[in-house]
Amino acid sequence: MPPLRRAKPAAAQPATSPEPTAPAPMTPAEIAAQRRKRRTGALIASPGALYLLIFFMVPLGLITVYSFATRTSTGRTSLSGWNLNSYERIADDVIVGIIARSAWLAFLTTVLCLVVAYPFAYYLATRPPRLRARLLVLVMIPFWTNGLVRIFAIRFLLGSNGPASALSEAMGFGTFRILFTPTAVVLGMVYGFLTFMVLPLYVALERMDWRLVEAARDLYASGSKAFWRVTVPLTRSGIVAGCVLVFVPSFGSYVVPEILGGAKTLLIGSYVARQFQAARNWPLGAALSVLVIVAMLVAVAINQRNSANAERTPAGMP
Amino acid sequence: MTNSFSTTRRPRRARWLAVAAAAALVVAACAGGGSDNAADDCEPGETDGDLAFYNWADYMDEELLAAFEDETGVSVDYTVYESNEQMLSQVESEAAIYDLVVPSDYMVALMIEEELLLALNYDALPNVSNIDDAWDNPPFDPEHQYHVAYQWGTTGIGMTYDALDAIGGESTWAVIFDADTAAQVPGGISMLDDAPETVSAALKYLGYSITETIESGDEDAIREAGALLKATNDRLVKYDSVTFGDDLVNGEVDVAHGWSGGFAQAFFETDAYETHVYTIPAEGGVRWVDTMAIPHNADNVCSAHAMINFLLEAENGAALTNYTYYGSPNEAATPYILDEILEDPGIYPPPEVEARLEFIPHAGDMALLIQDQLTNAKS
Repeated sequence: MPPLRRAKPAAAQPATSPEPTAPAPMTPAEIAAQRRKRRTGALIASPGALYLLIFFMVPLGLITVYSFATRTSTGRTSLSGWNLNSYERIADDVIVGIIARSAWLAFLTTVLCLVVAYPFAYYLATRPPRLRARLLVLVMIPFWTNGLVRIFAIRFLLGSNGPASALSEAMGFGTFRILFTPTAVVLGMVYGFLTFMVLPLYVALERMDWRLVEAARDLYASGSKAFWRVTVPLTRSGIVAGCVLVFVPSFGSYVVPEILGGAKTLLIGSYVARQFQAARNWPLGAALSVLVIVAMLVAVAINQRNSANAERTPAGMP
Repeated sequence: MTNSFSTTRRPRRARWLAVAAAAALVVAACAGGGSDNAADDCEPGETDGDLAFYNWADYMDEELLAAFEDETGVSVDYTVYESNEQMLSQVESEAAIYDLVVPSDYMVALMIEEELLLALNYDALPNVSNIDDAWDNPPFDPEHQYHVAYQWGTTGIGMTYDALDAIGGESTWAVIFDADTAAQVPGGISMLDDAPETVSAALKYLGYSITETIESGDEDAIREAGALLKATNDRLVKYDSVTFGDDLVNGEVDVAHGWSGGFAQAFFETDAYETHVYTIPAEGGVRWVDTMAIPHNADNVCSAHAMINFLLEAENGAALTNYTYYGSPNEAATPYILDEILEDPGIYPPPEVEARLEFIPHAGDMALLIQDQLTNAKS
């Protein structure tokens, strides 16, 4: 969410006085040049800012407005008699259960992604640069294919007549049924969001100072000790970023649970969609959307603070 | 890095702009509406512009649309939806303007109540006389002002003959709702992902009348049906309203709750008639009819009338049924409908089966309660 840029940054004015090494006063020509620079900046940013305003801020505002509205008995949304009923309903056992289940599956997805992606990113980051670039392209290729198509492909793979089942039968384990269970949903989400974990981990590992690991080994740390005490703390920002990037979309995921879960295990994404369509309860759907957005913002804020901290502490000094 | 695009604080004015823009949109949305009856001037076959036709997915022989375009010279902008509610939210929010939509029975009642439909001009619809008298005065539009029947069908159970034999040869809702009976079926079971349909099926199994229960506002019966759905949830493989027929012939499930034509389509396409059958359970099932109707805010009302009249022509009505495998309300179309469809008891049930069918009435205040039953069952 790039912020809207105003001509004058708030810090510009007070910055002159408390600064111990105050800069020399600017000549009028310099001031004019700086202004021109700022104006060009605002101009370049304006299409993006306008786009976000119209297609992000306005809908978000509308959703928030609707979340305080009333559902009439016929299912229309009445934009009057503003109230908090929809937010109160979130405390219902049913909805709390749906939220808890969504959070649990998102958590499982995140942990599995981390476990799978860390060794993989480690391998990537320790290859010679040219091979690294090629391997990275291989990571990206599946994600140039339409996500829906890939999820349907998994559905075919996991089907009770699909290849996975046939293989297990041929090996003497009998047929199995994963499709349309929470297991299939987690599998699909791990697959879908794995790149979001691999890339930040790769970046963190790639820019890590490997001499610190060598130093640990020189000081008689075992391989695993060096990993846990040096490598993992140094890549913490990558781990947190990856976890946020996977958890947030998994929590609100709609397509994967609908297709691989057989609509049997109700998750928050499907429940919200249901409120806007079959149940015609827009205020409740809007209130839940606001809740999910707030949860997402909290997660992103944690990530921001984390990466800001990581930048402030010099590399190697956790 | 001192690049002039990075800033940490959002200026307050931007936030006010967003709020103001949101408020402006809300006001604009509320100010719409109001309808004048433009249909009165339409002549039979007259068109007044390109037709925006919003129909159920997989519910139209597109050759008919091409034929209409050739005949009238207007082009048809054809889009599809997967549920009545999806269509309703589009029409209601005016997210797009449609000239012709295909709501089901209870949805017609709801849309009339919400003043979302335009009264039809029967002078522009001479072919209405082709419709079977049985569809004259339906409960959802008693004065028959707003709709013309499009296709009709039933909701029941599709299964393999093996499953039918396993439960003793007679179809019953117990194959889904009774644990012991369901256990006799080797494969999986699926139900429609649709609250009114699942609740109605449960009501039928429990011995209630769907119409009486909903019209009398019997909330206890609805909750009893909901409890039954919850007890059944773990036994099901999935809920599905789109691929239930394919899942059945593919062997993903052995028993599927679904709509007559959906099964017929899947059976015809895969020659599965030897092994699979669509049945109305002994306790009874649901009958429904989809209808053609014109939204109150339609732009090209005459074109919409022309299309309705066109689809009511005997041969066109038959082409529709020959494509969808759903029953035709068009009596005049009968001679042109394929024999295999006319003779299929799954599509045209015999009178004694027809007597066990009920419409799902417009639920009104009960709609949310009915929706909640399926939600609760899944959580």
